[in-house]
Amino acid sequence: MITLNINGLDVSVEKGTTLLEASRFLGFPIPTLCRMEGLSPYGACRLCVVEIGEEPRKKLVSSCTYPADEGLKVRTASERILRARRVVLELLLASCPQSKVIQDLASAHQIRQQRFKQEHEDCILCGLCVRMCEEQMMAKAIGFQGRGEKRAIGTPFDIKSEVCRQCGGCIYVCPACQLRCTYTQPEKAICGGCANLTPPCIEKDRFHDMMCYMDPCVACEIKKD
Amino acid sequence: MQKLSSIYEFNALQQRLVADKDPNVPTIVIPAGTCGQASGANDLIRITKREILDKGLTDRVRLRVTGCHGFCEMEPSVLIKPDGIFYPNVNMDDMARIVNATAERRVLEDLLFEIPESKKRIEKQSDIPFYKSQNRSILSRNERVDPIRVFNYIESGGYSALIKVLFEGKPEWVVDEVKKSGLRGRGGAGFPTGLKWEFLAGQPNGNKKYLVCNADEGDPGAYMDRSVLEGNPHSIIEGMIIGAYATGATDGIFYVRNEYPLAIKHLIIALRQASDLGLLGDNILGTGLSFNIALVRGAGAFVCGEETALMRSIEGKMGEPRQRPPYPVQKGVNGMPTAINNVETWANVPLIISSGAEEYARIGTDGNSGTKIFSLVGKIRNTGLVEIPMGITIREIIEDIGGGPSDKKAVKAVQTGGPSGGCIPASMFDLTIDYDSLAKAGSIMGSGGMIVMDEGTCMVDVAKYFTAFLKDESCGKCFTCRKGTQRMHEILVDICDGKGKTSDIDLLEELALVVKDTTMCGLGQTASNPVLSTLRYFRDEYIEHIENLRCPAGVCKELITYSINEDCTGCLACLSMCPEKAITGEKKELHVIDAEKCIRCGACVSVCKYDAVDVR
Ligand SMILES: Cc1cc2nc3c(=O)[nH]c(=O)nc-3n(C[C@H](O)[C@H](O)[C@H](O)COP(=O)(O)O)c2cc1C
Ligand code: SF4
Ligand code: SF4
Ligand code: SF4
Ligand code: FES
Repeated sequence: MITLNINGLDVSVEKGTTLLEASRFLGFPIPTLCRMEGLSPYGACRLCVVEIGEEPRKKLVSSCTYPADEGLKVRTASERILRARRVVLELLLASCPQSKVIQDLASAHQIRQQRFKQEHEDCILCGLCVRMCEEQMMAKAIGFQGRGEKRAIGTPFDIKSEVCRQCGGCIYVCPACQLRCTYTQPEKAICGGCANLTPPCIEKDRFHDMMCYMDPCVACEIKKD
Repeated sequence: MQKLSSIYEFNALQQRLVADKDPNVPTIVIPAGTCGQASGANDLIRITKREILDKGLTDRVRLRVTGCHGFCEMEPSVLIKPDGIFYPNVNMDDMARIVNATAERRVLEDLLFEIPESKKRIEKQSDIPFYKSQNRSILSRNERVDPIRVFNYIESGGYSALIKVLFEGKPEWVVDEVKKSGLRGRGGAGFPTGLKWEFLAGQPNGNKKYLVCNADEGDPGAYMDRSVLEGNPHSIIEGMIIGAYATGATDGIFYVRNEYPLAIKHLIIALRQASDLGLLGDNILGTGLSFNIALVRGAGAFVCGEETALMRSIEGKMGEPRQRPPYPVQKGVNGMPTAINNVETWANVPLIISSGAEEYARIGTDGNSGTKIFSLVGKIRNTGLVEIPMGITIREIIEDIGGGPSDKKAVKAVQTGGPSGGCIPASMFDLTIDYDSLAKAGSIMGSGGMIVMDEGTCMVDVAKYFTAFLKDESCGKCFTCRKGTQRMHEILVDICDGKGKTSDIDLLEELALVVKDTTMCGLGQTASNPVLSTLRYFRDEYIEHIENLRCPAGVCKELITYSINEDCTGCLACLSMCPEKAITGEKKELHVIDAEKCIRCGACVSVCKYDAVDVR
């Protein structure tokens, strides 16, 4: 067992427990976006940051990936953390305002402004779909490609995957796209459909050689080729 | 090559090599690293060989082809050993003369280095200002060995540190020596090497343990590691074998970027020679120590230099950093304990063992011992690789070694630490160079890039340039690193284009601090340095761009105008040069630039001999 101190409270946890799990065990809320029960933690969204250590070596780490360590001092809601979270949410809103998950998080954190140039991206590269596909669906149909600005989710060589079983698992977990696949009739939007993953098949001209896992798509019933 | 099966056999070989060498025969040393070859060293080598053979001088002069010596500005150059005579920028036509003069032990006065102001000639390399203020304990060894000849290395004292360790040291003694020497990792973060080794040694034995040499060197413009890899690969291998002995490591890995073909070639040759001699492999020199080194080529992404990304890359996965802890010493390559050190760190190890930790620690300052190699580039007269003892000031590097600005403009700042380093203003040039004071000033040591900037450099543009690099090289995993660098770049582009808002400065600062705070690896954590350090020291330039729509350095195209002043002689040079035909005027009359047509390409400025084109 490992004993650590979170917001002044000592807590003993099993080796291998993350700071997020330990904090939640004590009832301290920490927002997350790229983490999901049953999938391995990845640390992409940076929303779950907490502060560890003591001056002058205090630093923020992502609680979903950082393992509990003997004697570690953790704070889950310092001014520094709140400021970081607000900017992360502002950046998220600036890139992906249509996501219900992001909207809810932003509203829960009283984000009232968005100071960057507005974008409408359909993926925040949280990697949930990749992990879902690999770890729960055992398919490994999709993965990350490229780096920096060019990073994207895709199938190998951007062609329709042979191993994808069209289970829809990736779509189910995607936070960036709820109610977004509206095809041509927004009022009929229901499921999220095939367009949830980059690139949404309806909007992008790369449709044909891209990975629309659903063939035909459950939402729009467009059949490829 | 016969395999050596004991320390005794090694010593015998070394003694024979030393005895075989006649120290009185002069040697022509030609640096032919990648930089030397690019400036024509291969031609000099060819001519020298032909001349020696044609004239039958094989007993009277020797030729040694080596790696880079550091003074890139003067290449192709020739060094005569043992006298230390230095001929800079050697012309192909002069090479034969040098060969003959060397055979007769004459010095060719007219080819020597000349001090630009006083026109004084300097004979010896060690008396040239560029070299005089350096402490070249690592780079000077490049002069002594031909990198593809292991006997050369052994003859000049190579592998003696390994022998010392095998013969008298216990592993703990080696770790202790390295700890006492105060050596800190040269890859950027400055972690104490001895401590890292102690952690590795403390991991349970049994399975594999890895040592990795990080030769990824992805910083644009940096080539310190390359010069050591190319010029003295055996010194790194020796360092790693010593490390293996000290830590119980079983396997070594060189992670070299594929863009370094010459370094890879020399490494492959050196590894084969070391194995053939029995210095690598099972039961090294009959001592029971077993250690192998493999070579892995990296695909050349900047982020692959980060240790956890590098390990993933070695395992054949996508180069993407992961959470530390677990640290590589706990869980490294293939899940096994691993210690990763930089090329220069490894090259320091044999030095420490040979001279003793205390002697080594005398170089540099307390807590920052030894030397560090920098690649000095930018608006400075002497560019090249400089090796300095830690703790000297930036001013000493710029004025004594670098010889001051290359232009008429005054030096304004230096940027240290590669793309994610920071800018230090001229007012702070008395700052000492070490890990801690650079960090305090908002920059980093990094792997040793040093770019000199003068009044003609716009600091907002500099921040924009480096942020653009980082935005492309971020692995993209952390949302704040990927989007944060993109957004910082977006704001900087706006400011440079004259579309900045006053509130942008605060926004930039707030964002930069959050990117620094919330990212997972060193790339993201330092990605704000270009922005934060320029904001800290050159905030007035930002304000000029935003409020007065003016770029003080005359760099940002959207904010400058070109005009012709009274000094114009009406020579027509600029008029015919302008691609847009924006310049009008008659012969011998003042010319005029039409600001509407001008595309601010700067062609007129570069052709005008009379400094008559103003940029404002
Ligand atoms: C983005 C990034 C790039 C890096 N690139 C290099 C590199 O090219 N070479 C290197 O030796 N270390 C590099 N490092 C540092 C390594 O992660 C690691 O700290 C170093 O290799 C450890 O060796 P040392 O203790 O000898 O310095 C980089 C770090 C980061 C965060
Ligand atoms: S639908 Fe295809 S890509 Fe998505 S999780 Fe299932 S198998 Fe993987
Ligand atoms: S497609 Fe959705 S789940 Fe997949 S990485 Fe993008 S935002 Fe995350
Ligand atoms: S900080 Fe940047 S480079 Fe490092 S892991 Fe995160 S996204 Fe990748
Ligand atoms: S939930 Fe921890 S980084 Fe996304």
